[in-house]
Amino acid sequence: MELYNLTIHELHDKLKKKEASSLELTEAFLKRIDAVDGKIKAFITVIKEDAIKQAKEADKRISSGKDITPLTGVPISVKDIFCTKGILTTCASKILNNFVPPYDATVIKKLKDASTVILGKNNMDEFAMGSSTENSAFFTTKNPWDVERVPGGSSGGSAASVAAGECTASIGTDTGGSIRQPASCCGIVGLKPTYGRISRYGIIAFASSLDQAGPLTKDVTDSAIMLNIMAGRDPQDSTSIDAPVPDYTKALTKDVKGLKIGIPKEYFIQGLDKDIEKAVKDAIEVLKKQGASVVDISLPHTDYAIAVYYLVATAEASSNLARFDGVKYGHRAKDAGGLMDMYCKTRDEGFGPEVKRRIMLGTYSLSAGYYDAYYKKASQVRTLIKRDFEEAFKKCDVILTPTAPTPAFKIGEKTADPLTMYLSDIFTISCNLAGIPGISIPCGFTKDNLPIGLQILGKPLDEETVLKTAFAYEQATDWHKRRAGV
Amino acid sequence: MAITKRDVEHAAKLARLALSQEETELYASQMAKILTHVEKLGALDTKGIEPTSYTISPKTIFRKDEAKPSLPQDEILSNAPEKAKGCFKVPRIIE
Repeated sequence: MELYNLTIHELHDKLKKKEASSLELTEAFLKRIDAVDGKIKAFITVIKEDAIKQAKEADKRISSGKDITPLTGVPISVKDIFCTKGILTTCASKILNNFVPPYDATVIKKLKDASTVILGKNNMDEFAMGSSTENSAFFTTKNPWDVERVPGGSSGGSAASVAAGECTASIGTDTGGSIRQPASCCGIVGLKPTYGRISRYGIIAFASSLDQAGPLTKDVTDSAIMLNIMAGRDPQDSTSIDAPVPDYTKALTKDVKGLKIGIPKEYFIQGLDKDIEKAVKDAIEVLKKQGASVVDISLPHTDYAIAVYYLVATAEASSNLARFDGVKYGHRAKDAGGLMDMYCKTRDEGFGPEVKRRIMLGTYSLSAGYYDAYYKKASQVRTLIKRDFEEAFKKCDVILTPTAPTPAFKIGEKTADPLTMYLSDIFTISCNLAGIPGISIPCGFTKDNLPIGLQILGKPLDEETVLKTAFAYEQATDWHKRRAGV
Repeated sequence: MAITKRDVEHAAKLARLALSQEETELYASQMAKILTHVEKLGALDTKGIEPTSYTISPKTIFRKDEAKPSLPQDEILSNAPEKAKGCFKVPRIIE
């Protein structure tokens, strides 16, 4: 098997046994990027020389034999929403097209401390607003399984780079499904941990009460390895949870005897693709065979999740994105006639259509006279959605659903109507509103050979049971071993 | 949900966005469609339900009041579109 198809744990084995150096791996991935990224367009920035320097440092650490982590010397990529010191960070927006952060996000610092090699920054929907990367100010990333189709989004560049073998793994962010939905579209594993499990410091904010970082990987073991490094309390983020970080790889036992799996009837609806429905139902059978039992549950407020999300997320976005004003960093409009004019022109020139639409919606719903009807109402219904999960988890340990109602759609298919695009997040959004962890893992292919994702949701801070269930399913199947033929 | 051009213009002013005529009209129709979708929330009785703004219980985090080094001034200013005398420079404010 080619090096670029291997997982973190497989490459770690090679590095430990001195079958390959980090420099060799890094050069192999850079070569792979050269060969396929013209077609896939997963990267906004590739940092060749810097990556080679990092690889040489990692090799020194490996040959010293001291303090080697499972990520030491392993080449990964990073969504362009994480601040990386000295490396262009655009958030796929014209308003940040020249922004070079003077500091690292906490997650980046943790990865660097482990001597992970960063190859570059991935394309995404501008400010993480979208489900296809079509909202990137620069270009659309292509799905490695079918280049006529989107890779999902917003972390679409991250997912495509992993699926195309341009890196071993990537990190993304998930506000309403932005890790899980692209993972599903690209046939890989995407984990959104509990809100607060991973520090948000240095991640460009979209909706602060929903944003959460997480790994996109080729299998569940890699997901646990990445979470081990990324998780933990950070004094720089007051919303990061002060709870011990277990060794998540210890949860990968395959033992699901007695595990209670909840199946919510609200997720098997009209409009759900038939191949997806069948794949998910088959997945339930696979876990039953291993000793898990199934309980029917109800999440009665599911139907309101999209409405709540598009009020809460846009309200928070309109406030968060106020900082892009042409004063401290980023684009500034020329020929403005004064400060106010400069603000308004800078923001009109710098933001793309979807970002403006969301800022407008958020500003409108928070403005005088509308607050109670929109933002407050949505926040109350959010409580009801959260309670749905609390009730459900009294009866089960995990909840299984499809990750998305359809496989990856065609480029251009949903751009005309924002609401149609929003509906592709229908199964992933509630998890962010409730703050619980969720993972998407490959569970089959449609008739057109497009990947299908299985979503597993868990109790707050119970990533271990989510990973255990995912691992048990993965090890009983071989979907995760299939690679896109790029 | 009807949204007038004036509603959009007012929100654009609050959001500091110099929208073009075409953008104003497009957003008026798109926002109307999205807000019609969210009207379904009105059907739910939420009387007495506490709103959720964060899913984790809000807790005030205390730390010692100690001085710590921050980023140097030149690094903070390194991305500024315009700077002068160690400050961010902006266009004229008083018109």
